[in-house]
Amino acid sequence: MKGHNDAEHLFRLVAVFAAGIVIFLALRGSLVPRSFGQYGPYRGDALGEIASRPISYAGYQVCETCHSDVSELKHTGKHAHVNCEACHGPLAKHADDPASVVPVKPDPAKLCVRCHEANQAKPRSFPQIVAAEHAGDVNCRQCHRPHHPDFGSGAGK
Amino acid sequence: MSLTRRKFIFLLPAAAVAWKYVLAGTPESAPNYQTTKHWWGMLMDLTRCIGCGNCVRACQAENGVPDGYFRTWVERYHVADWHMENPRVDSPDGGKSGFPGALGAGGKNFFVPKMCNHCVDSPCTQVCPVGATFESQDGVVLVDPKYCLGCRYCVQACPYGCRYLHPEREVADKCSLCYHRITKGLLTACTENCPTGARQLADLKNPADPIHEYLKTHGVQVLKPHLATGSKVFYNGLDGSVR
Repeated sequence: MKGHNDAEHLFRLVAVFAAGIVIFLALRGSLVPRSFGQYGPYRGDALGEIASRPISYAGYQVCETCHSDVSELKHTGKHAHVNCEACHGPLAKHADDPASVVPVKPDPAKLCVRCHEANQAKPRSFPQIVAAEHAGDVNCRQCHRPHHPDFGSGAGK
Repeated sequence: MSLTRRKFIFLLPAAAVAWKYVLAGTPESAPNYQTTKHWWGMLMDLTRCIGCGNCVRACQAENGVPDGYFRTWVERYHVADWHMENPRVDSPDGGKSGFPGALGAGGKNFFVPKMCNHCVDSPCTQVCPVGATFESQDGVVLVDPKYCLGCRYCVQACPYGCRYLHPEREVADKCSLCYHRITKGLLTACTENCPTGARQLADLKNPADPIHEYLKTHGVQVLKPHLATGSKVFYNGLDGSVR
């Protein structure tokens, strides 16, 4: 009787395992993004993709490069720490192309009361008015300049 | 030193490791920004918040957040005398259009802006089954929209309710701490547009950032500290009734 050839079925087993490992590595290589695990258990390229999204608000530093007259006036008044786009809205497009994208001036009747209309939940130290009692229908700008809002500063910037 | 072929082959793995470090810490779009040099957080000074909703509007404009969904929102609290356990809270449209009227007569009333706390041990990151949400090296919890399955595990896991499923893209969405802005040296949209300085972006790895002096000299608290999530949004003047 011929003896068992033990080695042969072991070789087959190894071949099957090797083929399995090769297929696994090939699939893994093609399915897992290359940057996965670059910084941690996530796709490293995602950071760059998220960081490269376009901005809507240019930031006050950009505004002040052109509108230094307004920022100088603003920095002497109570609105010194209110950044430009807090009232004027997102203007990154205007900063990119000042000629063709012209911002709309905010309406003081809506804008000022957004912050200054009295509310019991606002901090006591914050200047508040009841708009209807304070000036009725008179436009805020009749008495206050938005960039330097002390009383009696009159209509102006 | 002569570089034989054998030596060169031995050096290859080391070179590969070194190249990985060269790549790390520099997202493509912001070439001068190094992720390992920053550790971002936020300061909320409740003694200054006036509930104007500027942050909510700015966030929606900057990040294209759909109506009815919020990456940041403002809550108004009303605590009647000693009823600390049962505050009345409202947040009409996330505080986007302000807070008309009053929640109740007298009592204690204040605003609380909320957003992702960019936790160090964030529960949302821990439950993500595919690695679509992660904490970046500079301490910002982000979502990879290309990798997210939309399974909503993270939405349920966040104890602060800061996540939602984007109704059109059907992936998890949340505050990214305006990662596309802070990597360019800009402030977040909410901080940029806060008129009173109630919100302040903080780089905890920058020794010159005023946050360090502020944290030393003020009674500062995080939301739900018992959960030990490692929140990096610090509240000054936080009332015990805030949930």
